[in-house]
Amino acid sequence: MSEPVITATNVGKRYRLGGSPSAYKTLRDTLAGAVRNGVSRKGEASAAPILWALRDVNFTVSPGDVLGIIGRNGAGKSTLLKVLSRVTTPTVGRVEMHGRVGSLLEVGTGFHPELTGRENVFLNGAIMGEKRADIRRKFDSIVAFAEVEKFVDTPVKHYSSGMYVRLAFAVAAFMELEILIVDEALAVGDAAFQKKCLGRMGEAAREGRTILFVSHSMPALENLCNRVLWIDHGSVVDDGDSRKVIAAYVESANKNVAPREVGVYSWEGHRRGTGEVQFGAFRLMNDSGEETHEFRMTETIVAEVEFEAHTEVESAVFSFSLLDATTQSVVTTWVGRRQVTPLAAGERGTFRIVLPENSLRARKYFFNLGVANEQNNDVPYDIWAGGGTEFFVGYPDELENLDLLVGHDSALVTLPVRTEIDIHA
Amino acid sequence: MSTEAVPTVVIEPSEGWVSLKLRELWQYRELLYFLTWRDVQVRYKQTALGVAWAVLQPLLTMLIFSVVFGRLANLPSDGLPYPVFSFAALLPWQLFSGALTRAGTSLVGSANLLTKVYFPRLIIPFSAVAAGLVDFAIAFLVLIVLLAYYGITPGVEILWVPVLVLFALASALAVGLWLSALNVKYRDVQHLIPFLVMAWMYASPVAYSANLVPSGPWRLVYALNPMTGVIQGFRWALTGGPAPGQMILVSAVVVIVLLVGGLFYFRRMERVFADVV
Repeated sequence: MSEPVITATNVGKRYRLGGSPSAYKTLRDTLAGAVRNGVSRKGEASAAPILWALRDVNFTVSPGDVLGIIGRNGAGKSTLLKVLSRVTTPTVGRVEMHGRVGSLLEVGTGFHPELTGRENVFLNGAIMGEKRADIRRKFDSIVAFAEVEKFVDTPVKHYSSGMYVRLAFAVAAFMELEILIVDEALAVGDAAFQKKCLGRMGEAAREGRTILFVSHSMPALENLCNRVLWIDHGSVVDDGDSRKVIAAYVESANKNVAPREVGVYSWEGHRRGTGEVQFGAFRLMNDSGEETHEFRMTETIVAEVEFEAHTEVESAVFSFSLLDATTQSVVTTWVGRRQVTPLAAGERGTFRIVLPENSLRARKYFFNLGVANEQNNDVPYDIWAGGGTEFFVGYPDELENLDLLVGHDSALVTLPVRTEIDIHA
Repeated sequence: MSTEAVPTVVIEPSEGWVSLKLRELWQYRELLYFLTWRDVQVRYKQTALGVAWAVLQPLLTMLIFSVVFGRLANLPSDGLPYPVFSFAALLPWQLFSGALTRAGTSLVGSANLLTKVYFPRLIIPFSAVAAGLVDFAIAFLVLIVLLAYYGITPGVEILWVPVLVLFALASALAVGLWLSALNVKYRDVQHLIPFLVMAWMYASPVAYSANLVPSGPWRLVYALNPMTGVIQGFRWALTGGPAPGQMILVSAVVVIVLLVGGLFYFRRMERVFADVV
């Protein structure tokens, strides 16, 4: 539509690594260095290894854009946000931004534990550049959004971590800014509040504000962003429609993370996740242990999927949904009854699902399998949706009234229901 | 969207000497207020004696000085009762030393802010300096009581007190700016500060009178220490006597030079704070 709100041109940021002149050091080191280098002032700078955390980054953002930024850890996302929030200056290049910029690189920056919720709202607002009068006007909405009405005059050191985070996010969410920069702030808080935060950000975007959002949560990014910028090794790899870029990123992430011996991804279109834990081979078996994809209603169905942890995982949650061919969900453990286990790096195992006999009706089914972090379901390690897990359930051979059922059987499952007939004389 | 004027922000590498951007500092004056207020609020939280500390610290120091320097060493006190003589000096001194200490370590103490949010970094040492004013005001009331007890009535010179207070704060800021920026890079500074403060106190006429220093050129060299002017001025403003005009003039020049230099040095170092802290 109109002129871009953000124009980044050839932005680069260089760091010197290790015991470098820019890391903090003692006076003695400098003096010693000065002696070593004699009068040559440039001497010590060239010795340190150099890292370009950002290099030749170019992009523009239009008003109302919600731009997601993705990339592996250490790819340069945070550095980019720091440059855009003016916390650090770029080494080269130029960024032009039109509008007030608010950054939420961390939830609750400047919150002081000894101060009350009310005091912290004003302090935090002031840190982010809000006027006291504006904060006063929005105070009630902020507190209501954070759901801490009863505790506004309690020091925040007595808050639960959830309350703390909600209040901190709420302050930022109600700032009237043209450009909002958000980094992983949503990775904290419970699922319901995360949803609320996403909703609030979506609202802000519809009001025409521009949002830059760094997250590892692909679902959140896909929901919220209309565009995604993928950064790797400090440079832009891809920039465009969010679905397209995310798909490319997930594919590449899986390729990079997965050692070859763990399950070959023949169904890449059905897979997503960060890959800390990955599913491997999947198989279906009947009660006698034979591998098959076709079952009778009277047979037990055993589904097994192998997995391997590539890093240490504190609590992996395994869950599944069983869906029929119309994608109607039949059984799910996505909420409740989940299997949780810690995993060591390199540990392998099998996740087994046993469907009892006489429970499924005759039709085609498939599984959605998932393994995620217990605290943060939005960042799944691996989600395997459908592809390759399909199986058929057929009627048993000895069924008596077959003609009555075929074509009329629209029920999804058979439950151990008891029926009785009482005849009243 | 409306066509109201939205600010344009240009982010570029900053090189060489930069402007002070005092206008931006003014725009963020509310943050200065809030950070100062936070320091004041938090200082005596979870202490049993609370704000009484603001009174106890100078009072106990005054008692010790009165015994050691007043009684045992029998130092001359310009004809004043030694407790009044030392307390009138301890107030501006503790205002200065507290402000200097806080300002010197302020940036490192606010590392989480520096690495997460943009605002004019000068706000941090400014607020650290300003936060000492509340303690000072409370202790000042005690000084008034002490003067009344010894039957001393301040003259019209007392009107100079606010100016001298600002002078003390400016001195603390001038040095604090250098120290805080240096401390980001060299953590030696925070170990140096307590020693510096102690040495500085003995170099200032807190426990003794500036009149012990031989008059003439030596007195002016002595006045290169800005706290000399402030402390002598403070005593004069409350208890009368000859005005230390020349001393204050010399001190003022030193403070202005240090302050302007400190502001520019701070602004120049500012761009690496977040990367180095």
